[in-house]
This record gives sequence, C-alpha cells and structure tokens, in this order.
Amino acid sequence: MAESLTNRSQPALEVRGLEMSFGDLKVLRGIDLTAGRGDVVSIIGASGSGKSTFLRCINLLERPSAGTISVAGEEIRLRKSRDGGLEAVDRRQLQRIRSELGMVFQNFNLWSHFTILRNLTEGPQRVEGVSFAEARDRAEGLLEKVGLADKRDAYPAQLSGGQQQRAAIARALAMEPQALLFDEPTSALDPELVSEVLRVMQMLAEEGRTMIVVTHEMRFARDVSDKVMFFHQGLVEEEGSPEKVFDTPDSERCRQFLSRT
Amino acid sequence: MLLQGTFITIQLALLSLVLGLVFGLLGAAMKLSPAWPLRLIAGFYTAVLRGVPELVVILFVYFGGVLIVNAVASTFGYDRYIDVSAFAAGVTALSLTFGAYATEIFRGAVMAVPKGQIEAARACGMSPATIGIRILLPQVWRFALPGLGNTFLIILKETALVSVIGLDELMRKTEIAVGYTKKPFTFFLAAAFIYLALTVVVMAAQRGLEARANRGVAGRARA
Repeated sequence: MAESLTNRSQPALEVRGLEMSFGDLKVLRGIDLTAGRGDVVSIIGASGSGKSTFLRCINLLERPSAGTISVAGEEIRLRKSRDGGLEAVDRRQLQRIRSELGMVFQNFNLWSHFTILRNLTEGPQRVEGVSFAEARDRAEGLLEKVGLADKRDAYPAQLSGGQQQRAAIARALAMEPQALLFDEPTSALDPELVSEVLRVMQMLAEEGRTMIVVTHEMRFARDVSDKVMFFHQGLVEEEGSPEKVFDTPDSERCRQFLSRT
Repeated sequence: MLLQGTFITIQLALLSLVLGLVFGLLGAAMKLSPAWPLRLIAGFYTAVLRGVPELVVILFVYFGGVLIVNAVASTFGYDRYIDVSAFAAGVTALSLTFGAYATEIFRGAVMAVPKGQIEAARACGMSPATIGIRILLPQVWRFALPGLGNTFLIILKETALVSVIGLDELMRKTEIAVGYTKKPFTFFLAAAFIYLALTVVVMAAQRGLEARANRGVAGRARA
C-alpha cells in the first residue's frame, strides 16, 4: 500500500532518450515520453517512422539500444547484451512490469486454443497467481463492459475481428495494468468494425485509464487524446495538445502528413 | 498363435511410439535451439535415421548392439557372451526412426504457432516456462497430430521387419504357421487383416484426438 501511495505522485509511464537500431539502421533516435495518470497519448506518423517500434520497446518486445523506461516510478533495470541491444537485468522484474502494461496488438493475438473466458483468466492466474474464481469474476465483469458477455465460451476463431479486438482489450484490462499500450488496434479491421473498438477505447479514456495509442485514426487522436506526438524518421517531430498538432503545427512535415490523411 | 504375435506387435509399436515422441520432442528442441552444436547433432540424427532403410537400422541396432554390449561387458572383466534381446533392439530401432520423423513434425508445428500469440503471452508477463506449457505446447500438439498419426501408421507396419531378427511378433508367427501348415494364402490373408484392424484403430484414435485438439479452431491455423 505504502508503495502504491508514493507511486501515485509518479507518472504512470516515463521514457527517456530511447534509441533503437536494426543493424546499422537507426530506427529510433532519442525519444522522450511522459504520461501522467489518466493521460491519453496518441502517436501518429507515416509507416516506417518508428512509432510501432517505439511502443514495442516500452515493454521490451523489441530491444532498445539506449534509454530508460519507468512504470509508476519503477525503472526497468537494463544492461547491454552481447549484440548491442539492452536486455533486462532481472527477468522477474521485467515480467512484473510487463504485467503492469497491458498491450493490445494490431492482429489481436488472442490465444486460439482457449475460450474467450480463458483468454482473460490465463494471465491473472499464471502471472499474478490469483484463484480461478477470482479471475473468472474479474473476466466476466470485463466481458460485460466490452459487450461480449455472451461470448465467454466461444473460441477466438468464432468471433468477428471487432469482437476479437474488444476481447483482446478486455484481456489486457484483466491484468489491472497501470497503462495500456495500443499498437494500431484498428488497422487490421474491416471499416465497419472500427467504430465498435474505438467506442470501447473512448470509454476507457473517459474512465481515466492511462493509454498510449499508436494509430492512423486521426479523428480518435484529435477527439480523445490529451497529447499527440507526430513521429518522423525515428524522432518526435511535433508534439502537444491535439489542437496544437492538428491546427497549428510548427513542422512542415507534420502539416504535409495531416493534409494527406 | 497369431494372437500372441499380435500382442507382441502392439507392445512393440506402443513402446516405440512413446519413446519416439520423447526423442522427437528432444530433437525438435535441439533443432530450434540457439546453440549450434545441438542443432548439428539433431541434424545428423534426422539425416541418418530418415536416410537409412528401416531394415538396415534394425539389423544394425541388433548386431551392432551385440558388439557394443559385449565390448562394454569385457572392459568390466565379464567375458561370457551376452545376447541382446530382439525386442529391445526392435524398440530401439523403431523409436529412433519414429523420433527422427517426429523431430521434423514437431519442429514444423512449433513454427506454425502464430508468433503474435507468443508475444501476447510475453507482453502480459508470462515466464518462458509458462508460455511453453500453456501457450506453445497445446498448439504444437494440434499442428503435429496429423503428421504424427501418419508416421505412426508407417512405424506400426514396419514392426513386421523386426521379424528378421527373430522376434516372435505377428509377421514371424505367421511365417511359422505357413511353414507348418503349407497354407500361405490363408495365413498371410489373416495377418493382413490383423494389420488392417490395428491401423483402423489408430486412424480412429487419431481422428478423435484431432477433433479434441481442434475444438473451436475449425481445423485451421489462424494468425
């Protein structure tokens, strides 16, 4: 309890000087991000600008080459590995911090051999060690919330893309994370299924969840975010309030990008 | 008499199946390991066992086994001749071969599990062991079943080759019966029907297991 009280004054997520390269190619060239509790940060930019890579570096699905990452005031302890990337010093710490960062993927990535309910109870049971009964109660509440209560015993392949993505969001919430990371959550969906997912995300934003959203949905970025970051070639080219970035950007590239979308 | 042989054949096949699955899982783990010496050993294993005729493997294990066992015994000062059981040699040869095919089947099955599902498990903080047991293996099993069932059918029939080293399994019992009664057609036909009955049971079991493993997936791999 004492720890969570002190953590309350810390930003939910803080990234400093993040760099990442694939061989000689520098994909990220020093990115800073601070998300306070309840902040919704949208990251926009052309494909190849490094925005998805940045998101995947935050929970170390990709290895950054430099920088620091802190979740609720706790910094992930990193060291140089032999291939030059950074790796976690303590795998248990990394696993604990990952469980604090719910991730939603472009392709949903639900576990296809489990029912929807199992998809939601598996993490809490195996990672947090909660009982099945408790995990199930939590899962049923969340399925209700994303409008999938009647799909609890279905398998992922029996759901539409929009339903799968809502289930994946519920799976991320089941871990009761400090922040949610969304990696282009609507890019793989048929156009008519996009809005049901965006509605759920908007509801979460209104609840005061901390969210980092890599997206091509400019309307969502503008209406829902507290802050927008425009990435270009591995750097933050423009950032600020949605009004600032969308209406009066300083960067010429940002203006061009927005005029094309 | 044929029933006794059938019983030996079933024992031979089932024991080879179990040991072969173990060899296959180990082989696949070695082939997918980042350590190159392990990959090399596993590569050598599958290349040799899949490249040499089953009959040669059986003879080699049996007669080679006799040499090795006696050489080892004599270094410990035991100079009497030791015989190697034809059953043990048969199980070794068949399970090594089944294991070599199973290695490739399991390797393909591991690679068929969508990478995104493994990432999702890592992202929620699961340990590598939990991911292996809860996410990877159940799906590997699903992808591997058709290939394993098929290969097991072949191994089941190749148990007949073990008759050449004098194991009293179904084939050898049949030949003995033929020599005794001079009714080759009757007895070979009977043996054929027994083998067919066994393989039909295997096919039915495979269908049942596949249906169970594919619950909710409609038999298709999905990203």
